[in-house]
Amino acid sequence: MNFETTIGLEVHVELKNNSKIFSPAPVRFGDDPNINTNVIDWGYPGVLPTPNKGVIEYGMRAAVALHAKINQHTHFDRKNYFYPDNPKAYQITQSDIPLAENGWIEINTNGNYKKIGISEMHIEEDAGKNSHSDNGYSYVDLNRQGTALIEIVSKPDISSPEEAYDFLRTLRQRIQFTGISDVKMAEGSMRVDVNISIRPFGQEKYGTKTELKNINSFNFVRKGLEFEEKRQQQILLRGGTIRPETRRYDENTGETVLMRVKENSEDYRYFPEPDIPDVDISDDWLNSVISSMPEMPEARRKHYVDDLGLTDYDAMVLTQTKEMSDFFDETVSFEVDPKLVSNYLQGDVNAYLNDKQVDLQDTKLTPKHLADMIKLLMNETISSKMAKKVFKAITNGEDPNEYVKKNNLSQISDTNQLSEIINNVLNDNEQSIIDYHNGKDRALGFLVGQVMKLTHGQANPKIVNKLLLDELSKR
Amino acid sequence: MLDYKNVEELHKDLVNKKISVTELVKETLNSIKLHESKLNAYISINEEQSLNMAAKIDKKGVNPDNLWEGIPIAVKDNLNTKGILTTAASKILSNFKPIYDATVVQKLKEAGAIIIGKTNLDEFAMGSSSETSYYGAVHNPWDLERVPGGSSAGSAATVASRDVLVSLGSDTGGSIRQPAAFNGVVGVKPTYGRVSRWGLIAFGSSFDQIGSIATNVQDAASLLTLISGMDVKDATSSSKKVPDFRQKLTGNIEGLRIGVPKEFFGDGVDPKICSLIKDSLKVFKEQGALIEEVSLPNSIYGIQAYYVLAPAEASSNLQRFDGIRYGYRADNINNLEDLYVKTRTEGFGDEVKRRIMLGTYALSASSYEAFFIKAAKVRTLIINDYKELFKKYDIIVGPTTPSVAFKFGDKKDETSMYMNDMLTVTANIAGLPAMSVPAGLVDGLPVGLHIIGKPFDEVTLLNAGYTFEKINNFNLKPNID
Repeated sequence: MNFETTIGLEVHVELKNNSKIFSPAPVRFGDDPNINTNVIDWGYPGVLPTPNKGVIEYGMRAAVALHAKINQHTHFDRKNYFYPDNPKAYQITQSDIPLAENGWIEINTNGNYKKIGISEMHIEEDAGKNSHSDNGYSYVDLNRQGTALIEIVSKPDISSPEEAYDFLRTLRQRIQFTGISDVKMAEGSMRVDVNISIRPFGQEKYGTKTELKNINSFNFVRKGLEFEEKRQQQILLRGGTIRPETRRYDENTGETVLMRVKENSEDYRYFPEPDIPDVDISDDWLNSVISSMPEMPEARRKHYVDDLGLTDYDAMVLTQTKEMSDFFDETVSFEVDPKLVSNYLQGDVNAYLNDKQVDLQDTKLTPKHLADMIKLLMNETISSKMAKKVFKAITNGEDPNEYVKKNNLSQISDTNQLSEIINNVLNDNEQSIIDYHNGKDRALGFLVGQVMKLTHGQANPKIVNKLLLDELSKR
Repeated sequence: MLDYKNVEELHKDLVNKKISVTELVKETLNSIKLHESKLNAYISINEEQSLNMAAKIDKKGVNPDNLWEGIPIAVKDNLNTKGILTTAASKILSNFKPIYDATVVQKLKEAGAIIIGKTNLDEFAMGSSSETSYYGAVHNPWDLERVPGGSSAGSAATVASRDVLVSLGSDTGGSIRQPAAFNGVVGVKPTYGRVSRWGLIAFGSSFDQIGSIATNVQDAASLLTLISGMDVKDATSSSKKVPDFRQKLTGNIEGLRIGVPKEFFGDGVDPKICSLIKDSLKVFKEQGALIEEVSLPNSIYGIQAYYVLAPAEASSNLQRFDGIRYGYRADNINNLEDLYVKTRTEGFGDEVKRRIMLGTYALSASSYEAFFIKAAKVRTLIINDYKELFKKYDIIVGPTTPSVAFKFGDKKDETSMYMNDMLTVTANIAGLPAMSVPAGLVDGLPVGLHIIGKPFDEVTLLNAGYTFEKINNFNLKPNID
């Protein structure tokens, strides 16, 4: 029997607003517990939430990036549940009318383009964090409480783990370009819950879903879904039935593990939040958000191909992340060949990032230094071989011009100076001249090598080659 | 017991040093203490701080331009007062000292008023008799065997017995106006959004409003002016300009159009009250107002809608009392669930639990449509009824309560207790300003005249009350000394 797979994703994205969604407390990570809180975040008696307009605006930006329809009249709702990281015992969210709905993004899976629908996108507040210690106490840190989130829910259009992976990459890319979030899985500013069901081809009714929660990388999402897809297939092929379960992905075994069986869904007793007036988004406000939208990746890609002459592929790779694209733009602004910049970013820079496992913005590399290095290369001050050394220096934050000067790395391109060295080499290696004229190619290489040796590798190899051949033809 | 006609008179004596603020505060404290064994109007008395503040003001003298400097004010104990016990009359907050002031309290302080004490109320303002208070019921100064009404019971009783001239209350379904009526004093609930709710321990967030209680309309209006206004900490507070309500009292209601809904004189309303109020309408007529009988057809469903919506909000608002961050925490806890259940079981009284259950039920997935949504629709209908009426009328008038103050234990079942709010609750449902003014006595007990105004038109409302008060000349005080 053949099955078709249906995957749904719920993605939480933490917004970069300076203050929380309903309190003036700052949003900052890594501080001591409960430092960035106030009475509102504690759910203190008598406090009231005041909505942060900036959050609604960021939400609108996300909606535009997801091609979603923005609901200009909406409101907040309360989701009620008891938990120590949720001090009011309700979360302020949107359950009735989301800020936006009916969007889509286009993914590219192995060259096939597909639109994946977004059923809704709403804004809500994050909870605090509980931690448990060996001394028998549990601790609550409310620094994160009240941080603004958007939740993005996909339509059941995703039909393979690979597509889910591509959806997440594209989603992250688009959100990142809006500038509203760092969208980093590792830091929790992007969190993904997925559900998956399978059904025999042609069956109208969807199969029973299982859910995977708290997966911390896109790759694990893909692997978890692949495992889950197979597990469900095997159950059905055995004649078994799939239970509605919440499972987690075990990174060590590559398997999904049962967390709990969902028997009856919890009743959150949603109702409209009475402490916050309805949100009315005027046409003016909406238009100002649309017109001030940061450039989306497709616009940049078009610019790279049409104006800068890059290939589609290069343009696609460069726009994978906003950092890379911004870095590229700024480097090119120093009037260096875009193609060379592109090659460097995709080559040495990417290799460096992979090797060090860091993000571009966390390195000491700067667009100015990269541009200067490329200029040194272009005007033949340095050879591409020397450039490797210079690149290493700029990853340490060194200025390439100064580095080259300090280490006396500039190329010798002066023909008079080189001719003299070449004549000396030829005079000292008469056998090589004979070998060369007898057709032994290796002889030329040896002679070049001798010149480089005498110049400590600083001779311009192109000029050396030319001068050497000229001189050999005379002898 | 203070023998001042109003705050303005008292203020003059303070300015002229006929009485010092310290003497005033001492006298106030004495009066409170003298009455306390009979009334139980206070949960805490702010003696030391009040005397310190009085001394400070006396040192520099009372500013003649500041009506409130040195004036003792009683504050309902569901309003946060920094460093002063704020219990909402619940065991669960019996040890709670807030770290910040409610906006209204802050305004009182900034004006130099003296917060003399925190008044007793029904637990979390849920009740119409003060009998649900963890600290025991307040007694009605007109008849100690009777309830003072609720939930702002202490705030009304202490004004009625002239310990203070003014107090703050809160009104979710009638909690200022009903006790004002039962105590023969004036109580004003302003338009929803007129006064910041920041620091008011929430009951029903979309109904709650803070308001003033006073011996007379003039003082109630002055106090309302002081506490009103937009507050960035309350997103539901209105940015509408706040007039000086006291200055706008003209005593002229010529041409005022008054609607008198027949539903407010229907089943369940004491006929003696009906006839007293109908009689009172003559006062308005004599002053040149136009009076017509009208209908508020959906108001009869007000109580039912209210007792779905307000408990629903309350059930959510009261979830934060979990014993973790503040307030009472049960002993012998084995796990988290235990902490929640034991703390809340021991910390909340029966009426609060009843409303939490009511509200939880109304919001549960299986009954949300049938209860919450339906009640919300009734709310819209009632709002529309009023909108229609206010096209033709400036104010709506009727009795404040269906009965006079009843005896303790008289309302045996909850529904008959809940019916106490039947005449006041629609103003909360529609967010309208409303007030109760003493109209007269029935069986020797005070009866309130209830006036409802247009949204943010407290000026017309208060002026109608002021004019009525002046002509009607109620002028009676309970005799408890």
